[in-house]
Amino acid sequence: MKTFVGIDLGSTTTKAVLLDENCDVIGRGITNSRSNYATAARVASEEARIDGRFTLFRRALNAGGGKSGELDEFLDALNRSFRLVQFLEQIDDLEETCRGQVKGERFAKVESRVKDAIGEVFKLLREEAPSLYAPGAKRKSDFFRDIAGSRYHAHAEEVARAARLPYELLLNVYDKSIIDVENRPPSGGLSEKFRRALARVLAADSAVKTGSSDVPKTIESTLDIDLEETYLVGTGYGRVTLPFSKEHIRSEILCHGLGAHMMYPKTRTVLDIGGQDTKGIQVDAKGIVENFQMNDRCAAGCGRYLGYIADEMNMGLHELGPMAMKSDRPARINSTCTVFAGAELRDRLSLGEKREDILAGLHRAIILRAISIISRSGGVTDEFTFTGGVAKNEAAVRELRKLIKENYGDVTININPDSIYTGALGAAEFARRAHLGQAEGSEA
Amino acid sequence: MTTTFVTPKAAAAKQVVKDASMMKQKEMMAGHYDRLTSAPQTGEKIAATFVPGNLNELIMCFGLLNNLPEVNAIQNGLRRTSGAFVLEAEKIGHSEDVCTYVKSDIGMMAKGNIAPNGKKFPDPDVLLLSYTGCFTFMKWFELLREQYKCETIMLHTPYMGDGKITKNMTEYMVKQIKDEVIPKLERVSGVKFDIDRLREYLKKSVKAENDLVRVLQSAKNKPSPIDAYFGAIYYIGPIFGAFRGTDDAIEYYKFLLAEVEDRLAHGLGPVTPDGEMGKEKYRLVVEGPPNYTSFRQFWKMFYDEGAVVVASSYSKVGGVYDLGFRHDPDKPLETLAEYCLGVYTNRSLPMRIDMLANYINEYDADGLLINSIKSCNSFSAGQLLMMREVEKRTGKPAAFIESDLVDPRYFSAANIKNRLESYFQMIEQKRAGARSAA
Repeated sequence: MKTFVGIDLGSTTTKAVLLDENCDVIGRGITNSRSNYATAARVASEEARIDGRFTLFRRALNAGGGKSGELDEFLDALNRSFRLVQFLEQIDDLEETCRGQVKGERFAKVESRVKDAIGEVFKLLREEAPSLYAPGAKRKSDFFRDIAGSRYHAHAEEVARAARLPYELLLNVYDKSIIDVENRPPSGGLSEKFRRALARVLAADSAVKTGSSDVPKTIESTLDIDLEETYLVGTGYGRVTLPFSKEHIRSEILCHGLGAHMMYPKTRTVLDIGGQDTKGIQVDAKGIVENFQMNDRCAAGCGRYLGYIADEMNMGLHELGPMAMKSDRPARINSTCTVFAGAELRDRLSLGEKREDILAGLHRAIILRAISIISRSGGVTDEFTFTGGVAKNEAAVRELRKLIKENYGDVTININPDSIYTGALGAAEFARRAHLGQAEGSEA
Repeated sequence: MTTTFVTPKAAAAKQVVKDASMMKQKEMMAGHYDRLTSAPQTGEKIAATFVPGNLNELIMCFGLLNNLPEVNAIQNGLRRTSGAFVLEAEKIGHSEDVCTYVKSDIGMMAKGNIAPNGKKFPDPDVLLLSYTGCFTFMKWFELLREQYKCETIMLHTPYMGDGKITKNMTEYMVKQIKDEVIPKLERVSGVKFDIDRLREYLKKSVKAENDLVRVLQSAKNKPSPIDAYFGAIYYIGPIFGAFRGTDDAIEYYKFLLAEVEDRLAHGLGPVTPDGEMGKEKYRLVVEGPPNYTSFRQFWKMFYDEGAVVVASSYSKVGGVYDLGFRHDPDKPLETLAEYCLGVYTNRSLPMRIDMLANYINEYDADGLLINSIKSCNSFSAGQLLMMREVEKRTGKPAAFIESDLVDPRYFSAANIKNRLESYFQMIEQKRAGARSAA
């Protein structure tokens, strides 16, 4: 089948969306941008194809009369199993790469002991891997680097202590290896991994039920469907570093405008707060950009600002919003300078202000800046769609709702759970249109 | 010089002619800087003044040499020395947000006041400020007066707030020129004012002005043979600077016009620093000054995408000749007053809106692009409002980018490129939309 791929190469994450010919999203994929956009683009689109396979499985099994509860359960199990297979494969690669690093003067006297220790760490990693992907298990991140990194560090510390080896030696080996592993293209065919994942699921529960269909047969025939990459469009800050020709590149402002329109066709104003920029975009009834404004010269008040705050407070990025929500007296903060964020924060804390009040104030400051950008782009016209990583932050959303109401009255505010994919979605639709244009012999 | 000028017939002759105006301008500029820096030896006296409201013909009547601090700042921007000068000025105590022309100038003085030819600029003997629309000019000259302790003349130009020049306004200015400007210039120079000498210079000005207008209006053609923003920066050099009213300027514009008409005859687009521009895809009207510290990189962002600027407001800051104004030798003092009153920076917001909207229609442009200057409030205030109004009137999309004149810290290439590309694609998308609706 024909598929159209949109890739949004952001400063923090790279996103991919796969559309079919009917303009339906069949897959989404995301990965960290890892300063290597070529790999990030490849990984994100492979992730989207994996997700696309699951959509096809669901369609096929649904057609076979599967009940949605059972189907969900089965697909969830298959997904977890697939992730485990994928994880173990990368763990194998990481171990081999780590072993390769154990050489030279530094390891002269301890080479075999270090290799043994590495073997032990990886044995522990493999043993606990199934529990990471058990039903209901919470992972702080889905990126291999984050999961493998945090678990490696934990095990290496214990193993080093027991083996009386310097912990730094084991860390050094990991640090030198992870970038290589991360940047290596995923090996092996996807179909084979799906078969192995399915085998694991069937081994655990041979009585998998999804209606009348023969699950292994349905999965197998679905795997036979070729997901042809018919046309690809790249967008986002990394787009220029990719070997895409001009016809395959669109500005992220256009992609966000179109993506927001596809999610909510009545959208007229879009706000996107990403890692390093904030964009206010006005679109017409067809999703065509009429006007836009974005931050210039500095990333004050963008997603990265929250990242710094989280680091300063030694908290996870996703914990900031919930803490700010506890505040009923937000501090008044004017500066959204990312560089001064830490100083501002420490100053406030030293004055005895509560963490939740400071955080609530910081969220308000970001949104105030965003509102200024939106107003310069032409204000807010119903409906209003909020996208980007910051749209997932409930405290930011609360402030936004408040300020939109104060300034523009009752406006429908759309926030899609998949809003992080807005740019990639727009890009995929541009890809679909470009293909249609080619087919019809006109420019898209 | 005139002997080297050949009317082009064959393509082979084009190269020769293309170089003629550039060579001429180079020679003029180098000669001028040499004259300035050897003034202490030759005894020539110096008048410092600004581009908007530059009374070059009058200055020449007293045998004074014109030195323009803005042009020096631009030269330093293009030569990438302004960044260090700006820092120097900040070290002295000027804040980050002060006009960077001023800071580049102050910093240059602090660092020895070296001209582009490597020799020291002489101190000015008189500061002539024909205040036109920018209040910072006045403060700038106050700083220079403090430094040089020389004669300062302030010619007050009333702002065209109501969109027209009244008799009162002209009379008020002529009175100042008669009672203040001329007597002071006579005193400084020791030369008696001769109105017939002024008339002669003004006659020469008109010739150059006529040719300049024909050059600028050649952009109405498709493809445009010139870039009326980046290219025009060079074209306006002689007439906005120390050459209006001279034979050199007449000759320069004659060369330039012949070259442009030749390009037109051959259906060629503008010449860029990388050679011939590719296919003309977008025609833009640009409001606001360019960035000088990354001038070529900035221009490249346009011509790489096939975008050509067909009209700009910045090429009118030293005189809005294309709307009809010409220096008039028959009323020499009134014409100087009207010239100062009419420059772009002295025009009200509604006048600027009219001008930009008309440009879009007359030059059949795809839309308006504003380059807003971080350190120039005089230019930037009201620009967003102007943009909305022009959009509304023309129905063409507009975009807004931000940079600075000569402070390299305020040029974010990735950000500007991102916005420009978005804008070009937006135009493309609108066209596609219009096509499918048709």
